Amino acid sequence: MENSQYAESINNIIEFYDNEPSNLLQILLKVQDKTPAKFISKEVGNYIAQKLNIPSSKVSEVISYFDAINTSPKGRYIIGVCNSTACFANGYEKIGKVFENELGIKMGQTTEDGMFTLKYTPCFGACDIAPAVRINNSVVGNLTPAKVSKLLKNLKGGGSNE
Amino acid sequence: MSKANFITKEFGSYKPYSINEYISVGGFKGLKKALSQGYEKTIEDVSASGLQGRGGANYPTGKKLAQARSAKGYGNRYVLCNADEGEPGTFKDKYLLLNGIYQVIEGIIIAGYCAGANKGYIYVREEYTFMHKDIEYAISQVYKKGGLGENILNSGFNFDLKLFSGGGSYICGEGFAMCESIEGKSGRPRSKPPYVKECGLFNDPTLVINTETVSVIANLMKYSVEEFVSYGVEDCPGTKMISVSGNVSNPGVFEVEFGTSLKKIVQMAGGNIEDVKFLQIGGASGAIISSKLLNAPYTYSGMKKVMGSIGSGAVVVCDKTVDVIEYLAVVEEFFHHESCGKCVPCREGNRQLSLIMQRLKTKKAKINDLRNYVKIVNALDASLCGSGRTQIVPFVTAYRYFMNDFKSKIQGV
Repeated sequence: MENSQYAESINNIIEFYDNEPSNLLQILLKVQDKTPAKFISKEVGNYIAQKLNIPSSKVSEVISYFDAINTSPKGRYIIGVCNSTACFANGYEKIGKVFENELGIKMGQTTEDGMFTLKYTPCFGACDIAPAVRINNSVVGNLTPAKVSKLLKNLKGGGSNE
Repeated sequence: MSKANFITKEFGSYKPYSINEYISVGGFKGLKKALSQGYEKTIEDVSASGLQGRGGANYPTGKKLAQARSAKGYGNRYVLCNADEGEPGTFKDKYLLLNGIYQVIEGIIIAGYCAGANKGYIYVREEYTFMHKDIEYAISQVYKKGGLGENILNSGFNFDLKLFSGGGSYICGEGFAMCESIEGKSGRPRSKPPYVKECGLFNDPTLVINTETVSVIANLMKYSVEEFVSYGVEDCPGTKMISVSGNVSNPGVFEVEFGTSLKKIVQMAGGNIEDVKFLQIGGASGAIISSKLLNAPYTYSGMKKVMGSIGSGAVVVCDKTVDVIEYLAVVEEFFHHESCGKCVPCREGNRQLSLIMQRLKTKKAKINDLRNYVKIVNALDASLCGSGRTQIVPFVTAYRYFMNDFKSKIQGV
């Protein structure tokens, strides 16, 4: 990976953060964002460790600790269904089931075509539009089963008439 | 006692991300005043306002600033603005960042000036990535106007500010855990003492201050302590940002006077009092209180009387369709998920509590489960940080107000 374009973009990110090991979390978040499958592989973790001149165990400690950093490949759309208090009062369980049925996967799984990863996620501050989901970096709320179907249709590219 | 307009006074009257419009409504007047009257008088003013930390710990802000100032240090001194709001049911900091980012930044600079700090971070949770770029843009605009950097507004005060993104960890809202994550480590709390204020980020003196707290400070300086304390009640002056959600028709963020009744708060958000079964106030570690107590005034002492607290300002309203035990299981699942794993009581305790809650939920619990729950939740008091130590609150309050709901889920009772 040393000479690849991907390595080049990792180098740029590390340089942007002044090659400073204390910025490790920021570097990992940015690198993950640039990675199509939205995760940090062992190889990439080791590469970052080497570039920052720190032990790779330090990098894996941070990778494994933070929820926002994935350790395995994810779908193009990561759908996080909020399972905290306000969304519970507004029926997140029902909404979660609709997502599972529509996508044919269980929470924590990724669809075979690599389009969707489905998971439960703790409160992300969208309680005013509960039940809500986070899709990558955006938030969709006030969900109903019909709205979920429509949403997924749009994401699959099948809802051009919306 | 009802809605108020002190922190949010100018919200909506200017484009939130236009610094010129912010200045046109009096932006940075507060900073100018603080810089010209000096840090001692500014800290005095904050103390006189009775302002308490708005992240949930309720520590008197004036005292905190004074302690930050007097902490011994020989290198950098830091301010961390805590925008890692992860307490379930809380979204008021998001509202402040979206509608009053320059006010937040102004407040951070004033707090930094009081603390004698030279560097600051605004620690924004990863879940708010969608506004990180806008916040960074706002910071750059303040630099351009001379409000950040060297010799701020020709006062001789130097202060730098950067955004730092969290990584999706609830515990990083705790001061030490936040420091650790900015240092490039996994965000776990350290044992105290020494405290963050004397030995925080990179072992230097560090002031950790909430987004709402700095927003109040900016307007305290811009307007006056007198105006702030004209709101609220005698033993609890001022206003508070609250996030109301759950089974209400108009959920959202409201600025209310202290002393407003819980009933009014529910109604403000379009809740029907007749339908309410319980509220959880202050966040996931806040009290679960019965609808019979809705006349209680929303003040620090008023909430204490019903075994609750103001906490982060979250108010989750649940109607009669919500099962209180299932709700409690959701709360427990949250803590189980978010435990950082550093100390045994929280790590192992939450695993067990979660299992017991599952048994209660499915009516498979025995009376011993309840006894063990009480034992474990008490043992959690030995946790390193507040997350573990406050977990007893929702359980004890739910048990107090809804004992029959517990009984109905236990076999042989």
